[in-house]
Amino acid sequence: MMDFIQLGIGRWLHIAAGVMWIGLLYYFNFVQVPALAAAGKDNTGAGITKHVAPRALFWFRWAAVATWLLGALLLGKNFFNAFLFLNHAFYAIGVGAWLGTIMLFNVWVLIWPNQQKILGMVQATDEEKAKARRVAFLASRTNTLLSIPMLFFMAAAGHQGIFFG
Amino acid sequence: MKYFLDSLGWTVFWGVVLTLILYNVVKYAFQ
Repeated sequence: MMDFIQLGIGRWLHIAAGVMWIGLLYYFNFVQVPALAAAGKDNTGAGITKHVAPRALFWFRWAAVATWLLGALLLGKNFFNAFLFLNHAFYAIGVGAWLGTIMLFNVWVLIWPNQQKILGMVQATDEEKAKARRVAFLASRTNTLLSIPMLFFMAAAGHQGIFFG
Repeated sequence: MKYFLDSLGWTVFWGVVLTLILYNVVKYAFQ
């Protein structure tokens, strides 16, 4: 039963939630940010910020939580072996787990509170909105950067003999 | 195209560089 959770449905759910999270992250960075920049020139971005962005952010931030919790569940009793690099066998997943944790922090502490100001869910002055836009953008772009090594170490951990043999 | 090269292109570039650095740290420095 534990094998089924570890290698079957648990890992599958972790990956599926991760696909949703990182898929939406790439949507924001590769599609929505350039789209809103283009829309700003002819004032056609209102539909995106009103109807698309809040829904995308909803799935984005909760998929991030689900991914992290399922990852922690998969590590189970090896949680500290991974995060504290206590065991050689968990170095690769430890790096992946730290990168994922930093990314979760960026989502909930930097991206989401600032996006709430940008989208008008929270009251903010124009000056505060401009600052929020900058912080949210940089955090989102940082997560895109971090996703590259994160995905490598997550995948490599399952194939350690090939990469770290 | 300019947008890609200015921003996402560099993001991906540094992402790959960071991956290679961390890979070598885990593979060699930690052994």
